Amino acid sequence: MEIMTSILAGILFATAIYNILQKQLLRIVIGTTLLTHGAHVFIFTMGGLKTGQPPVLTDGVSEYTDPLPQALILTSIVISFGVTSLLLVLAYRTTKENNTDDMEQLRGEDNE
Amino acid sequence: MSNLAVLPIIIPLTAAIILIFFNSKVKISRGLTKVFSLISLGASGYIFWYVVENGSIILETGAWAAPYGIILVVDTLAAVLLLTTNIITTACAFYAPHAGLGDKERFYFYPFFFFLITGVSGAFITGDLFNLFVFFEVLLMASYALIVLGGGKVQLRESLKYLLINLFSSMLFVTAVAFLYGVVGTVNMAHIAERVQEVDQQGILTTVGILLFFVFATKAALFPLYYWLPKSYIVPNPVISALFGALLTKVGVYSILRVFSLIFIHKIDLTHEVFIWIAGLSMIFGVIGALSTNNIKLIVAYNIIPAIGFILMGIGVFNADGLSGSIYYLVHDMIIKSVLFLLVGAIVYIAGTSDLRKMSGLIHYYPLLGWLLFIAAFVLAGIPPFSGFIGKLLLLRGAFASGEIIIAIITLATSLLILYSIMKIFIKGFWGSKDESTTLEIKPTKGLITPIAILLAISVVLGIGAEFFYPIVDSIATNLIDPQIYIDSVLKE
Repeated sequence: MEIMTSILAGILFATAIYNILQKQLLRIVIGTTLLTHGAHVFIFTMGGLKTGQPPVLTDGVSEYTDPLPQALILTSIVISFGVTSLLLVLAYRTTKENNTDDMEQLRGEDNE
Repeated sequence: MSNLAVLPIIIPLTAAIILIFFNSKVKISRGLTKVFSLISLGASGYIFWYVVENGSIILETGAWAAPYGIILVVDTLAAVLLLTTNIITTACAFYAPHAGLGDKERFYFYPFFFFLITGVSGAFITGDLFNLFVFFEVLLMASYALIVLGGGKVQLRESLKYLLINLFSSMLFVTAVAFLYGVVGTVNMAHIAERVQEVDQQGILTTVGILLFFVFATKAALFPLYYWLPKSYIVPNPVISALFGALLTKVGVYSILRVFSLIFIHKIDLTHEVFIWIAGLSMIFGVIGALSTNNIKLIVAYNIIPAIGFILMGIGVFNADGLSGSIYYLVHDMIIKSVLFLLVGAIVYIAGTSDLRKMSGLIHYYPLLGWLLFIAAFVLAGIPPFSGFIGKLLLLRGAFASGEIIIAIITLATSLLILYSIMKIFIKGFWGSKDESTTLEIKPTKGLITPIAILLAISVVLGIGAEFFYPIVDSIATNLIDPQIYIDSVLKE
């Protein structure tokens, strides 16, 4: 199971990088979203996967699921949600103001 | 008294929330901002005094014992940086009403100002790597909002790049933390340090360390990861630039200082040797950037990069002198960078342009501003007895002690070039004959000059009173050299 999720995280990272390297602004935003998902799956994998075990260690429980990665992912999801929504608004406004969504043309010039 | 540790986070957070309700009333917002920043300054001053007298404050939130719960650690290093941060933000709070923000003041400028302080303070005092990420995000979110405030064409374009770079490096940060969690099974910094020590940094740990360095280097704008910085730092209002230049990159370099003096210290010949080279290249490329332009805002923005190089060099040589030099320079640089950005903001305000070729003879109209810039240039370049000199002296002593001669030479040459790059503003902008054909209309600058003068005075005191500050800096460096002190203070068993 760990191998499967590792590969999944890898695929997400790869597609994310591919999308970030594009010129179109919306694809870059999609790339960053995929990147955050890749990172979350990766945290999940790193915590170790166990199914059907309680997340607390009390007397009589020898096997338990690590609750920490889930807390980390939850925090990270909230943050990436916020950043992504801000990024979408920013990308929209940038496109409107500059009349282009091509990163090549958004490069800017010196001394302005 | 360990609850003190939460004050630097709670006060600005409360202030930000209260200020949201007074958003449309600019006068009340200004007043409240001044009051809250002074309260925060007082609190951080008291915490600094308390920590120097009684040792680190450790707060285990919710009474969860150290390696399991979220903890806040205010050691002397964090306390010094908190105090410096609050001095700068107070000065900015008093500068902001005169900074010509105009309409932008009503677009939630003051709440975001305080959210930024919340994030910076939190990053300084957190004792856990994942919370460092969270506080990084808090300060970055505030900075995204501040940098785009007003929404001009250029501003939108540059802030988009700033956001993308930071989002990418943040996600790498999360990945690195996940790696580290997978290997050592904890996110508490003291606990990680202990575990890494046990296995003598074998296996994948150095890789994770380098990954973390990559992340922090992006946030701190080190060579070759500084490309996003200069442009995006000059697009917002000067008071926002000052906050960014003084605080944001410094949080990145503080994280490097913390992580590479506490956790990854067992393969010094590999990691720290690389730091010295990166530091040297940052100095060279940063100063070349500063010399290459006639835009006075860009000159100051480029000057951030060599300063980060100086600080990293002290971490790279990794002895008591080098580290105390780094800490001294860190504090000095936070203050002087905000002074320079505010000064340049004032110059742009009075001259109406940021192009050096279009201004001349300003000193006939604004003598005080000119001499402030003159002193600031001396402080920045490290002319004795100013604070830059003390920091560089310690850094050079550290470099010579570990036989790094080349970097010492680069440091000295860079310092001269930095002095030239700032003096260029003075020579071309302030000297020269009065331009008789166009009469410059004299604008009131009292509100702008007072905060700058106070900050500059603090920076001068930091240099002249080095005898008084050196013992504190030296004790911080001694604590950093021996990570066991930090580990024991957090995991007291």
